Amino acid sequence: MPELITFILAGAIVLVGAVGVVLLRHPVHAALSLVATLFGVAVLFVAQDAQLLAAVQVIVYAGAIVVLFLFVIMLLGVDEADDLRVEPLVAQRPLAVAAGVGILGLSLVSLFVAGGATGASSTLLAPDPAEANIAQLGRLLFTEYAFAFEATAILLTIAVVGAVMLARRPPADAGPEPLAPTSDAEVTDESEVLS
Amino acid sequence: MSFLGSIVTPNWYLVLAAVLFTIGAVGLLVRRNPLVMFMCVELMLNAVNLTFVAFSRALNDLGGQAVVFFVMVVAAAEVVVGLAIVVAVLRRRPLATADDVATLKG
Repeated sequence: MPELITFILAGAIVLVGAVGVVLLRHPVHAALSLVATLFGVAVLFVAQDAQLLAAVQVIVYAGAIVVLFLFVIMLLGVDEADDLRVEPLVAQRPLAVAAGVGILGLSLVSLFVAGGATGASSTLLAPDPAEANIAQLGRLLFTEYAFAFEATAILLTIAVVGAVMLARRPPADAGPEPLAPTSDAEVTDESEVLS
Repeated sequence: MSFLGSIVTPNWYLVLAAVLFTIGAVGLLVRRNPLVMFMCVELMLNAVNLTFVAFSRALNDLGGQAVVFFVMVVAAAEVVVGLAIVVAVLRRRPLATADDVATLKG
């Protein structure tokens, strides 16, 4: 019974937040609505014994990604509300809703036909209820998935370098540089990254 | 395993995730602000994470949770690069919508 109440409350938060992201006209409001959805998903993670993922969800998603969204919105000053009544492409909305109905129908039909979550229970990676979730998941990440873990390190490094390169102000817009050493440093940085 | 049993079965989480994914997909198709489109992508990724965790518990397998961990890392990288592209486009053309990104070609 407690799980039922948790599921209903968290599910309602998730769905209301998701609808808010789609329907709210102001990007800042949509971002705050996204936070509600992410928290609801974190609660559902806890309800399914995934405590580490719930913590990571709150810290990484609500704490970092949404703040990044808000930074970009505020930094660029693009916080004008969309006019949702404008429909630039003919019949885009009805087609989008039809696609949504199709996606939902396909996934629900496949779920009903399959009779729910099917499959063989795990024999190798079964969680041990006596041990903390974070200890088991950490051991798994550093043994079974060690290669993928290292690959994500490379991926994050490439993403940071790419973001810095993309968001750098183009040299033509900067005009004459008042300080020669800084422009030299920028040029060498760029050539290093490009090479 | 009855679909609407007295306890919350994994199917409930799967249905909720399907609805969440659909909302995200429709939002991605309907909205034109690139930032809001990214948020809708995040909704879809969260729906998939929810299914992974539901299957992880249904099949008693920690591998699903490990995959969710990697999905979160990839989502973070995707948001960083995507927002950098949005910044680069919007700096040159304020008030750009997703339609205006077509001006990048040629």
